Amino acid sequence: MASSEEDGSVEEKENNNKKRTKSAVATAWLTFYNIAMTAGWLVLAMTMMRFYIQKGTHKGLYRSIARTLKFFQTFALVEVGHCAIGIVRTSVIVTGVQVCSRIFMVWFITNSIRQIQNEESVLLFLVVWTVTEITRYSYYTFNLLNHLPYFIKWARYNLFIVMYPLGVIGELLTIYAALPYVRRSGMYCMRLPNKYNVSFDYYYCLIIVMLSYIPLFPQLYFHMLRQRRKMLHGEVIVEKDD
Amino acid sequence: MKHYEVEILDAKTKDKLCFLDKVEPNATIGEIKSMFHKSHPQWYPARQSIRLDPKGKSLKDEDVLQNLPVGTTATFYFRDLGAQISWVTVFLTEYTGPLLIYLMFYFRVPFIYAPKYDFTTSKHWVVHLACMCHSFHYVKRLLETLFVHRFSHGTMPLRNIFKNCSYYWGFAAWMAYYINHPLYTPPIYGEQQIRLALIIFLFCQIGNFSIHIALRNLRPPGSKTRKIPYPTKNPFTWIFLLVSCPNYTYELGSWLGFTLMTQCVPVAFFTLVGFIQMTVWAKGKHRSYLKEFRDYPPLRSPILPFIL
Repeated sequence: MASSEEDGSVEEKENNNKKRTKSAVATAWLTFYNIAMTAGWLVLAMTMMRFYIQKGTHKGLYRSIARTLKFFQTFALVEVGHCAIGIVRTSVIVTGVQVCSRIFMVWFITNSIRQIQNEESVLLFLVVWTVTEITRYSYYTFNLLNHLPYFIKWARYNLFIVMYPLGVIGELLTIYAALPYVRRSGMYCMRLPNKYNVSFDYYYCLIIVMLSYIPLFPQLYFHMLRQRRKMLHGEVIVEKDD
Repeated sequence: MKHYEVEILDAKTKDKLCFLDKVEPNATIGEIKSMFHKSHPQWYPARQSIRLDPKGKSLKDEDVLQNLPVGTTATFYFRDLGAQISWVTVFLTEYTGPLLIYLMFYFRVPFIYAPKYDFTTSKHWVVHLACMCHSFHYVKRLLETLFVHRFSHGTMPLRNIFKNCSYYWGFAAWMAYYINHPLYTPPIYGEQQIRLALIIFLFCQIGNFSIHIALRNLRPPGSKTRKIPYPTKNPFTWIFLLVSCPNYTYELGSWLGFTLMTQCVPVAFFTLVGFIQMTVWAKGKHRSYLKEFRDYPPLRSPILPFIL
């Protein structure tokens, strides 16, 4: 699922107060991390654009960026660590769920089910993720450097309105396209009888995953809408120099 | 005797919801809640949170008006806790489910397994033993809810019953499906494994029950007092020397026994999830013991002796 993050306005105020108490090491690391991630996703974006311009098609595009994508998306696991040790004020569970859903899409869908790698829906969510992540990581970077350009803030709290639903559509269509291949190959399946007395059917697991978007997506979406309203409200009252 | 005036404001909107005059100085918050309920019948006392500060902690029902830091015109803030349901109701519902659901799988009721297996019985005796243990466990829990436990809160939010029942009923169905499956594989080490598992299970069931009795005896009927639990003459309570919440320790032990007995991954999973939740609860309880009692025994750990 596309990333949605914690209370931006709280984070902004907290950053100003906590900067004095937060260790300089943590700040330095986070700044480096966010710059590196912004750069990584920018590289992905440019590679994707160059491929499309040169080849004129999206077929083979996934293969060309697969390694870079896997690296940067998997590396995002450290963000769970950031929350766990407290240098980022976000819930471990929220971050965990977001990162895990991305890891799931990358490793357990597009990486392992080769036949769907050239689907249009894959291109769709890749574009959405790229735009979202570049915006998100540059927002954090500028925030840590205490110099947030208004347009980054605008992008962070407005682009999601369109990006988020598009990303969900891309992901769901991709999983749906993968279903027949999973069924036919019987991948990741465990049947009875076995000494662990458990069985697993990846096909039905994917169907449950798709259904879980129904309760989860609206919650995350409305959470982001509420954050947006808070941020806009905050802007009116306190004029910050950007 | 000087009477108090009490006004109750909404904690969020600060609207004046209720004004009570001629309130006795020795009136309790509980009594004030009843009076508030009369003017707002939709907010029964159990769903009222009355506090001195809109963002503060809830006052207790036993708190007396004249002992609170308020003037003769007291201002309280009200927060609606939402629909409430009694703990007893929740416990009875969440425990009856697994009892009945497991039996449905045990007796191989139609539409679960292939039709040729309907109403057949397993040929493995460990499956019968597991059914007895599982049923015994939940019957014990039901009886404890009715006759042993003394709850400090009367109610909990209504949505908890859906959450809790999904958890217990869902896991019971998942476990029971595999244990009572026609293709079930009995434990690798056979009778030795099953016997050891049964001993562990029974030992921990008795232990868990002993702790529940000991905790009950700490608290006189109808009271909500809190005391430090200590070992009694019953050897199963001697674990209090090392652990704050031995009821959870024994519960973990019971489910480890059941996992060993059935050699079933869903059971192991259920044990793990339960252990995580009980550890969270045990750590919380341990922390509040430490906060409340300055002479709390330092050797004790929340749930696992010396470890956790």
